[in-house]
Amino acid sequence: MTLVAFAFYIFATVAIIAGLLVVTARNPVHSVLWLILAFFSAAGMFVLMGAEFVAMLMIIVYVGAVAVLFLFVVMMLDVDFVELKQGLANYLPMGALIAVILLLELSLVIGNWAISDQAPAMRAAETPIPSDVHNTAALGQIIYTDYVFLFQTAGLILFVAMIGAIVLTLRHRENIKRQDITKQIWRTREEAVELKDVKPGQGV
Amino acid sequence: MIGADISIILPEVILAVSAMALLMLGTYGGGDKQAVLINWLVAGLLFVLGLWIMLDPSEGEAFNGAFIADGFAQYTKVLMLWSAAIILVLARDFLQKRELLKFEFPILIALSVVGMMIMVSAGDLMNLYMGLELQSLSLYVVAAFRRDSLKSTEAGLKYFVLGALSSGLLLYGASMVYGYTGTTNLGQVAEVVAAEGVGLGLTFGIVFLCAGLAFKISAAPFHMWTPDVYEGSPTPVTAFFASAPKVAAAAMFARVMYDGFGDAPEAWRQIIVFISIASMFWGAIAAIGQTDIKRLMAYSSIGHMGFALVGLAAGTEQGAQALLVYLAIYVVMNIGMFAYILCMERGGRPVTQISDLAGLSKASPGHALALTALLFSLAGVPPLAGFFGKYFVFLAAVEAGLAPLAIAGAIASVIGAFYYLRIVKMMYFDEVGEALDGRLSLSHRLALGVSALAMSVAWLPFLNGFGVVEISASAAASLVQ
Repeated sequence: MTLVAFAFYIFATVAIIAGLLVVTARNPVHSVLWLILAFFSAAGMFVLMGAEFVAMLMIIVYVGAVAVLFLFVVMMLDVDFVELKQGLANYLPMGALIAVILLLELSLVIGNWAISDQAPAMRAAETPIPSDVHNTAALGQIIYTDYVFLFQTAGLILFVAMIGAIVLTLRHRENIKRQDITKQIWRTREEAVELKDVKPGQGV
Repeated sequence: MIGADISIILPEVILAVSAMALLMLGTYGGGDKQAVLINWLVAGLLFVLGLWIMLDPSEGEAFNGAFIADGFAQYTKVLMLWSAAIILVLARDFLQKRELLKFEFPILIALSVVGMMIMVSAGDLMNLYMGLELQSLSLYVVAAFRRDSLKSTEAGLKYFVLGALSSGLLLYGASMVYGYTGTTNLGQVAEVVAAEGVGLGLTFGIVFLCAGLAFKISAAPFHMWTPDVYEGSPTPVTAFFASAPKVAAAAMFARVMYDGFGDAPEAWRQIIVFISIASMFWGAIAAIGQTDIKRLMAYSSIGHMGFALVGLAAGTEQGAQALLVYLAIYVVMNIGMFAYILCMERGGRPVTQISDLAGLSKASPGHALALTALLFSLAGVPPLAGFFGKYFVFLAAVEAGLAPLAIAGAIASVIGAFYYLRIVKMMYFDEVGEALDGRLSLSHRLALGVSALAMSVAWLPFLNGFGVVEISASAAASLVQ
C-alpha cells in the first residue's frame, strides 16, 4: 500500500466515523466538534487529489466560519435538542427504508458506470489546467473570464440574501436611547449642570 | 468579445443595475416614503424592457453558449416582464392598505425577474442553477414579507426548506449529467446524447433533474408546498407566484429537455407523462374540498401545470409551441382572477373564502360576469381561450402518439370543471351572505375586464388568438433546431 492510499483510507475512515458521530452525539457541542473533524478529513482528501485550493477553502470557510457559527448558535440559542430528536424513532424505519432503496439504485448506476467516450476529452477541454500553474491561479483564470457571468450572478444572489435578511429582521423601533457621541462632546457645562442656591434649613 | 457578450445580456444588466440604483434611492432617499415611486419605476422599467425585447430582439449566444438569446427566450421574457409589471401595479393598493409596501418589495421582484430571465436563457446547467437560485431566493423573502403573520412566516420557511431540497435534487442530477457526459453545456450534452444515446447513469441524472424542475413548477407529486405557500403569502405575492415564476420554470424545463436531451425523447417522456397525469388529476380532485380561494388557485395552478406538461411530453416542435400558447393564456387568466381576489375585502379586511363570493351577481353584476368568463376559461369550456390552450396541447400529444395522455387530460379537465363551475353557481344562484365592500380601483377593473374580454373573444375568427399562435410557433422553432 502506497503512502497516498494509506492516507486516503485514514482520511476516509475518519470522515465517515466523524460524520456518524455528528448525528448521533448526545451533546450538540460535541456534534459541532465532530463536524469540524469531518471537514478537516475532507480537506485532507482534497489535498490528496491535488486540489489544494479547495482544501484551503474547506478549512477557512467551513471550519473557520460555518462551524464556528454553528457553535455560536448551539451555545447562544436555547434549543432543546432532546425535544428535536423525539420524532426520530417514528421516522427512522421509513427513512431507513427509503435510504436503502436509494442506495441500491445508486449502486446499480455506479456498478454500470459507463461514461460516454467523449466525456474525458470534453472535461479536459472545459478546464485546461496547465501543469505549471497552481490551482489558485488556474481557477482565477477561468472564474474571471469564461465564468464571469456565473461569478456576477453569484454576487447578485448574495445581494438578494442581504436584502432579504434586512427586510425580514430589521425593525426601526421608536423611543430607543441611542448613544450620539458628537452630541455628548458638544454638550456644555451650562446645559448639563444647574446651580441652585440652597438656603440652609429649607431644602430645594 | 466581452462587449459582444454584454450586448446580448443588456436587458438583464439594465434591470439588475436599476434594481441596485433604486435600492440606493430607497435607502438614502427616505425609506418607505419612496416605496410608491419605486414601485411605479420598477413596473415601468419591466414594461419598457419587455417592449424593447419584443421590438428589437438581439439574438445570439454569449459566454461560450452559457447564455442563449433566441426566439424562445424572448417570448417567455416578454411574458414574464409584462406580467410582473402588471402584478406590481395591482399589488400597490393592497400592500399600501396593510402597510406592507416597503421599498424593497419592487426591488426583490425585479431581481427575481432577472433570475427568471437567466433561467429561460440558460444554455448551461450551471447558469440555469444560478438563475434559479436568484429567482427562488427573492421569492422566499417576499413569501415571508408579512413578518408579523405566523402564516406568512410559515409559508416563507416551508418554501425555503423544500426549495433547498429540490435544488439539491436538481444539483445531484446535474452532477450526474456532468459525470456521464463530461460537460454541463446543454448543446454539448445534446452532442453526446446524439452520438452515444442515453445510458443508465444519464437516465438517473435526467430523473433527478426532472424531480427538481417539477418541484419548481409545482407539479404533482412535488406539489405539497404549493397550497400552504399560496395561502400564507400576502395575496399580491401569491398572484406573482401564479404568473411569472411558473412561466420561467416551465420554459426552463422545456429548455433542458429540448436543448439537452431533445434527440432522445424516449428517455424522459415517460417521466413527464407521469408527472403530467398526476398533476392534472391531483389538481382537479384535491381542489374540490377547498374553501379558501387562494388554496383553490394553488390547486388550479397544479392542474394547469399538468396540462402545460402534456405539450412538453409530446417532445415535438408542436408540443413546445402548445406549451408556450398555454403559458400565455394561463398567465392572462391568472392576472384577471387575482385582480379581483386582491380586492375581496369586508370592512377593510381582506377575505379569501370562496363562500364570500355567494350572490355576487346581485351585488356587482359586472364583476360576476367577468369572473364567470375567467372561470369558464380556466375550466376549458369551448369558445373561450382556456379551451384552445388545452386543445393545442392535446393535439400535440395526439400527433406525437400519446393519445391516452390526451384522453386522461380530457377526463381530468372535466373533473376540474366541477369546482370552477361551483363558484359560478355560487355567484349566480346562492343567497347573499354578508356582502363584500371592497372597491376595485381603475387598474384592477381594467385588468379584470381586459383579461376576461381577451379570454372570451380571443378565438373569434378575425382575432385568431391575437397572433399568439404564430409568435409561439417561431419561438418553438428556435428552441427545436
